[in-house]
Amino acid sequence: MLRDITLGQYYQTESVIHRMDPRVKLVGTIGFIISLFLIKNYIGYVVPVAFLALVIKTSNVPFKFMVKGMKAIVFLLLITMTFNLFLTQGDPLVTFWKLTITKEGFELATFMALRLIFLIIGSSIMTLTTTPNNLTDGMESLMKPLKVIKVPVHEVSMMMSIALRFIPILLEETDKIMKAQIARGADFESGNLIKKAKSLIPLLVPLFISAFRRANDLAMAMEARCYRGGEGRTKMKPLIYKKRDFMGYLVFFLYLVVTIMVGIVIKF
Amino acid sequence: MSIIVDHVNYIYGADTALKVEALKDINLNIPDGQFIGLIGHTGSGKSTLVQHLNGLLKPTSGAIYFNGQDIGDKDYNLKTLRSKVGLVFQYPEHQLFEIDVFSDVCFGPKNLGLDKKEVEIRAYTALKQVGLEDEYFYQSPFELSGGQKRRVAIAGVLAMNPDILILDEPTAGLDPKGRDDILDQIARLRQETGKTIVLVSHSMEDVAKYVDRLIVMNKGKVIYDDVPREVFRHFKELEEMGLAAPQVTYIMNELKSQGLQVDTMATTIEEAKKSILAMFQK
Repeated sequence: MLRDITLGQYYQTESVIHRMDPRVKLVGTIGFIISLFLIKNYIGYVVPVAFLALVIKTSNVPFKFMVKGMKAIVFLLLITMTFNLFLTQGDPLVTFWKLTITKEGFELATFMALRLIFLIIGSSIMTLTTTPNNLTDGMESLMKPLKVIKVPVHEVSMMMSIALRFIPILLEETDKIMKAQIARGADFESGNLIKKAKSLIPLLVPLFISAFRRANDLAMAMEARCYRGGEGRTKMKPLIYKKRDFMGYLVFFLYLVVTIMVGIVIKF
Repeated sequence: MSIIVDHVNYIYGADTALKVEALKDINLNIPDGQFIGLIGHTGSGKSTLVQHLNGLLKPTSGAIYFNGQDIGDKDYNLKTLRSKVGLVFQYPEHQLFEIDVFSDVCFGPKNLGLDKKEVEIRAYTALKQVGLEDEYFYQSPFELSGGQKRRVAIAGVLAMNPDILILDEPTAGLDPKGRDDILDQIARLRQETGKTIVLVSHSMEDVAKYVDRLIVMNKGKVIYDDVPREVFRHFKELEEMGLAAPQVTYIMNELKSQGLQVDTMATTIEEAKKSILAMFQK
C-alpha cells in the first residue's frame, strides 16, 4: 500500500540520464523549474512537453511509474486550482451562487496546474534517475562556494543524504508495523477522523521508537568509523565531468534558448 | 479448521522492472492440530506465504480457503479470519506500543469488540501461556529484556485466541537459552490447547525436535513436504539450498559410512543416543 508512493524514489535501470553527473541534473532541474515560470501562454508549454518527453524516453523509466507517484499530489493540485479559480479578481466568466469564476482566475488556475505538474515530473525525473548519495554529492559540490560565508555545506548534505536514505527504510518499517497491527485486529481505515487519528497510535509509537533506534545505531556506526565531519574528507568516487555531461548541459541550454525564443516570438 | 492453499502465485512489484516472483504455484493443505515447520533460506518466500494465510497479502493468482471458504471473496470477513489465524511477525517486539505490558496484550482482544472483562481474562491467560510472571504485567514493555518483550508480543496475538498460530522466526536474535525457552513454551502451548501451529524458521535444529510435518521452501517453491525424518534424508539437497539438516543427521550418516550399524533417520539427540546405545548392546 505504501509502496505506491514513488515521489522521490530511485528507479534502477540503465540509461545515459542515470549515468550523468548529478550536478548536471541538479542545475538542469532548477533551470527547468525556473523556465516554467517564464512561459506566459499555452503554446509555450509545447517546448517543456517536448523536452520532458525526450528526457523521459532517454531515462528508460516507464512513464506509468511516474504517473503513479503523481497521485500523491492530486490533492495539493486541486486545492491550488480551487483557490486560483475562485479568488482571482477580473472579468467574470461564470457565476453561480456566491462564487465567480473569472477569466483571469481560470487562466491562473490552469497555468498553476500545468506548472505544478511539470515541476513535479521534472524533479521526479531527477530523483528517479539519481541515487540519493549521488544527489547529495552533487549538492555538496554545487554549494561549495557557500562555505565562504560559513554555511556548513558538508553537514547539510550529510543530513540530507541520511534523511533520504531513511525514507525507504521507514516506509518499509511502516508497512511491516501496519501489517503486524492489522494481524492483531487493528483497523486503520474505517471510522471518523478522531477515531482514525487514534487508530494511528499503535502505528506511530513503534515507528518513532524504531526511527530513534536506527538513528542511534547509525550515529554509533559513524562514530566507530571515526566520522568527524567534512574536514579533510576525501571521496572514493569524486565527481568529474565527462563528455556526456557537457552534452547534457548543451541539450539543456538549447532547451532554455528555445523556450525563451518561443516566449519572445509568440505573444498572444 | 483447515487451510487450503490452492495454486498460489505472488509477484512483488508486478509492473516495475524490479518485479520478483515470491511464490510459485504453492499448494498446501494445513489440517487441524498439526505442528508444522516451514523452513527456507532467506528470500525463499516463507514470510510471504504466511502473510497470505491471514489475508494480509492477496495472491496474484490462485486461492486460499479457510474452512472451505475462499478468503479472497469480496464479502469475506477478513477481521474474523485474522482472529482465527494469528500471525506473529518477525521481531514482534517492534510492534509494542502501550504504556504497560498488560494493556498491550489487551489490544488484540479489544479490537475484536469483546467486553472489558473478557478482554482482561484473555490477556491474562495469554501472558500466563507464554510464561511471563505477574510482576512484569504493569511495567513498560520497553523496559523488558529481549526475550520477555518477545513473549509479550506473542501473547498479544495469543490473546485473540486464534485456532491457528503462525510464528514467523520467533527465535531470531535470541540467545540459545531464550530460543529454547520460547520453543519449549510453544510446544507446551500446543500440547495444552491443541492449536494448529506453523513455525517459520531457517534453522532445522530449532524445528526438528518439535514439529510433526516439515515444509521446505526454496526460491518461492515448496520442495519437500513430509515428516521431518523423511525430509532430512535429503540432507545433501538441503545443503545446496543453503539449509542444513540437524547436526545429528550428519553424525549418524558419518557413523554409518564408517561401518557402524546406526539409524541414520534419528533426528534428535535423544533418538541418536538410543540408536548408538542399542548398537553397542547387540
